[in-house]
Amino acid sequence: MGTLIFLVSLFITKNYIGYIPALIFLAAVVKISKVPFKFIVKGMKAIVFLLSLSVLCNLFLTPGEPLVSFWKLSISREGIKTAVFMAIRLTFLIIGSSIMTLTTTPNQLTDGLEKGLGFMKVIKVPVHEIAMMMSIALRFIPILTEETDKIMKAQMARGADFESGNIIKKIKSLIPLLVPLFISAFRRANDLAMAMEARGYRGGDGRTKMKPLKYHGNDAVAYIILLLYLAVIIALRVLIK
Amino acid sequence: MEIVKTEKLTFEYIRRDENDNVEGITTAVDNVSLSVKPGEFIAILGHNGSGKSTLAKTINAILHPTEGTVWVDGMDTMDESNLWNIRNTAGMVFQNPDNQIIGQVVEEDVGFGPENMGVPSEEIWKRVEESLKMVGMYDYRKASPNRLSGGQKQRVSIAGVLAMRPKCIVLDEPTAMLDPIGRREVINAVHELNIKEGITVILITHYMDEIVNADRVFVMDSGHIEMEGTPREIFSRVDELKELRLSVPQVTEVAYELRKKGLSLPFGILTIDELVESLNKCR
Ligand SMILES: Nc1ncnc2c1ncn2[C@@H]1O[C@H](COP(=O)(O)OP(=O)(O)OP(=O)(O)O)[C@@H](O)[C@H]1O
Ligand SMILES: [Mg+2]
Repeated sequence: MGTLIFLVSLFITKNYIGYIPALIFLAAVVKISKVPFKFIVKGMKAIVFLLSLSVLCNLFLTPGEPLVSFWKLSISREGIKTAVFMAIRLTFLIIGSSIMTLTTTPNQLTDGLEKGLGFMKVIKVPVHEIAMMMSIALRFIPILTEETDKIMKAQMARGADFESGNIIKKIKSLIPLLVPLFISAFRRANDLAMAMEARGYRGGDGRTKMKPLKYHGNDAVAYIILLLYLAVIIALRVLIK
Repeated sequence: MEIVKTEKLTFEYIRRDENDNVEGITTAVDNVSLSVKPGEFIAILGHNGSGKSTLAKTINAILHPTEGTVWVDGMDTMDESNLWNIRNTAGMVFQNPDNQIIGQVVEEDVGFGPENMGVPSEEIWKRVEESLKMVGMYDYRKASPNRLSGGQKQRVSIAGVLAMRPKCIVLDEPTAMLDPIGRREVINAVHELNIKEGITVILITHYMDEIVNADRVFVMDSGHIEMEGTPREIFSRVDELKELRLSVPQVTEVAYELRKKGLSLPFGILTIDELVESLNKCR
């Protein structure tokens, strides 16, 4: 859950100063999570391409007073500024989320959500059900992706055309894809509901956990750091307009 | 006492239009009385739409009988207060493995049933380990279900039911979506459970070769039980089976045809070895 806040906070920050606490926070998290530094670097490598692309775009496409210009392209001061800014933001974003995916299984994530938001049960928010829905959604994403692929091929074999035409035509051509996909998704949902019932599922009450989430000292430290970090970010944002 | 017993069980699907008027009634199970003893291996045969799945769902109390009664281990499925006990006693495995695996890690999925039952954590771990070992999937406990083969997924589903410690498992065409290897894996696992753990098995299938080792076979047609008996008895009635649009294993059919042609072969030959042996005797 901390990650979520962190990611949002990255978008809140609008200037360089905001990144200093972010950097400190990130370093602290990396240390607590005990993820080897190698892994993080490895994760970074995969997105270098994306990163450089966005840097280039920002570099050339941000309007402003040109510093260097050759051919039709020009680099402006603002361009450099946003490019560097974006690069840092992206890097932090990716390190942040990769730490999460490296340390947390999706189930722990939903469990964490369930527990972290548990206080909302008091105001009748169905926290358990929401967490359950999320974890089921996560489980079915790969299955449905595969199915989309299959239906697409099947429709193409029948002469459906997903590629040509303008946007409206393309959207229209999605109908023969979406209709069977939805039907199949509903059928799956029906089957799954039945299977869950057959295995005695009756909502969150009276349920035990195979892997109960236990908060250790580390987690407490993480929460404190998170709160501190949030406070600093918000303070910065308010103070430096 | 019988583990599963039905008496004059009838189930009707009632289709209604928007105004709640009855549009049509399909009698999927029609006046079925049967009883299954603990530890038996029962196979249910029947062509598409003969009511097998509907029968299975009434056993697990997913559907409630329109008429008649179903008892699971002595508990009436109509009685709401028995519901969870019934589901823990008679576990159910469905056709499509993808649509019944809930967890994102094999062991988490197997733990789902006991979690629902409110079993304490340490006990869940024990059960998960046991169940996965029983179906030979313990080495895959940390794997993602999406990466498993169909046969493996289906064995995980079975483990998920086993972890609830049922006395009886109902399997509704568990092998219909599997290749021959996957089918063999699943059927072997089920037989092993039946023999080693003494769990009652009710196996619904289209494949004749899967029922050869069953204790008893029921053949269903349009909601009725048309035939009942040991596999050997059933398979010796080739013509009747054909009338019910079912085929017999190839060996059985060959033996049957040879017998018609005048060879003195016994009825209901089930395996190639048996056929070879009887043919040797003929000479
Ligand atoms: N949800 C439903 N609503 C209405 N009718 C249904 C429903 N499910 C099944 N039926 C009908 O009930 C009858 C028995 O269906 P059932 O699914 O039990 O057959 P089955 O023997 O399991 O078939 P299969 O071999 O295809 O799985 C069929 O005529 C079918 O059309
Ligand atoms: Mg069926």
